[in-house]
Amino acid sequence: MHLHFLDPYQPRNSPVHALDARLKFVLTLAFILTVSLTPAGAWPVYILLLALVVSAEVLSGLGIGYVQKRALLALPFVLAALPVIFTLYGRPLFSLPIGGWTLTASVEGLERFVSVALKSWLSMQAAVVLAAATQFPELLQAMRAVGIPRLLVAMFGLMWRYLFVLVDEALRLMRARAARSAWGTEAGKRSGGSVAWRARVTGGMAGSLFLRAFERSDRIYVAMLARGYDGEVRALPLPPLRAAGWFLLAAGLTLFGLLLIFAYAFWG
Amino acid sequence: MLYSPAPMHIPDGFLSTMVAVILWVITIGVVGYALRRVGKDLGERQVPLMGVLAAAIFAGQMLNFTVAGGTSGHLMGAAIATILLGPWAAVIVLTTVVGVQALIFQDGGLLALGANIFNMGIIGVAVSYFVYRSVQKLSGGKTWGLYVGGFAAAWLSIVVAALAVALQLALSGTSPANIAVPAMGGIHMLIGIGEGLITVGALAFVHAARRDLLHIGEAAPTGGKAVWVGGLVIALLLAVLSPLASAHPDGLEWVAEQKGFLDTAQQPLYNLIPDYVFPGISNEALATIVAGIVGTLIVFGVALGLAFWRRRKTA
Repeated sequence: MHLHFLDPYQPRNSPVHALDARLKFVLTLAFILTVSLTPAGAWPVYILLLALVVSAEVLSGLGIGYVQKRALLALPFVLAALPVIFTLYGRPLFSLPIGGWTLTASVEGLERFVSVALKSWLSMQAAVVLAAATQFPELLQAMRAVGIPRLLVAMFGLMWRYLFVLVDEALRLMRARAARSAWGTEAGKRSGGSVAWRARVTGGMAGSLFLRAFERSDRIYVAMLARGYDGEVRALPLPPLRAAGWFLLAAGLTLFGLLLIFAYAFWG
Repeated sequence: MLYSPAPMHIPDGFLSTMVAVILWVITIGVVGYALRRVGKDLGERQVPLMGVLAAAIFAGQMLNFTVAGGTSGHLMGAAIATILLGPWAAVIVLTTVVGVQALIFQDGGLLALGANIFNMGIIGVAVSYFVYRSVQKLSGGKTWGLYVGGFAAAWLSIVVAALAVALQLALSGTSPANIAVPAMGGIHMLIGIGEGLITVGALAFVHAARRDLLHIGEAAPTGGKAVWVGGLVIALLLAVLSPLASAHPDGLEWVAEQKGFLDTAQQPLYNLIPDYVFPGISNEALATIVAGIVGTLIVFGVALGLAFWRRRKTA
């Protein structure tokens, strides 16, 4: 099997990998929904949720380090929530004089900021575990099982299949450009022409990528026709969920429900 | 790693559940309609064409060029997809791209996926279509219309989508509007230039190599007028809402809190409108909005007049 550097799937022999993809998909979505519904400042609930997702990381054999590395990708976005510390009215925490202005941080603002950052971090970890422990074709089956239109799922599948082909194509285009335009390592020395010229060259690359994709899709369509494609997307029926699967699903959803009730009872 | 997340994809945790769910509902409706539309237009060809082009947009987003000081411009692709494929197919292609980015690369959250598809796939496409078609009409099918329209569509689609992101964050109480709107808008006014230049380059290439493809998206599809109007409305609405929100961040915050379904359950309904003034509107904000609308109309009127005059002259 050809493993592409972009494919986040990490083959391991773990109970999380072996779990039915439908269960993983639904439980991950339910987890993210629970995290989203948890009110700001309900720290104990956040800790419990963190414990859940970290145990999934450990159970999956992916290692906490690997998941954290990928989960921190969304970190820069936290900047967007930073100002809320100073703009939300509430009990003053500390003041920062900047020039003629004074920024006053409030306890409520800080609470909301930390909650947003935590929510983002928790959801990210769950999504990373799902992507790293589930092969994409299984994920497609899970999407079908939760009622996403078959046509859309088929397009997702086809995109996935040709993604790596076209990414390789894009990398070849970039390698060709690098080979043909001088590239100075010295700071301050520009390579190529003006910014507009460089943008135009990149545009030409994007255009040729599109044309190749158009032509490729023609060939794929003809090949599909030759194999009897008639516009209907067919797939094997999904195997029924076993009793243990139903039990796990019910247990997971109940746990999330209880956590939410707990959160609203004390911090709502 | 070549794959770098764009600042346009909202991760999970940044949107309130209410905002995320409402945007999911809108997105499902529009994508469902687009799916039927495309099925009618393309028939059985749609699966291979849409799938491969989604992969091409994804790969195209990796192409970048250095601007200055370590920053680089790169492509998002809403405008070019709209121009080459027409609006409905572009909605499907971008839905697929944004969906795979969220599922596989955690670029954008799963609960926030509805919002991300809405911003890039629906707002981006509608605005691109509206701008491109308008300029195309004005130019009377001349080549400059392709380039000017392509650049304007790419630039505006990025900026308007960024404003939408900022407003959604503000409505969720995550980021105050008076900071989020100018920051997101300002950054993407610059990013949009890169998008516009690459789009023009790509259109020039397609124009030289396969001119026939440019006319696929041009043949006005059924419902094209609705998309055109939708793009106009979205662009105007965000031009109105953004200054309003940034002049009165507390107003939006206040609306967000009232709209939050937990609060609504506890608050009596009559609190929605305080007795003396409608929230969030004062003379200053009103003036900004009116100026925005009038400005848009004037620019539009001038462009229309100019095109009319040019066509008269050539006829």
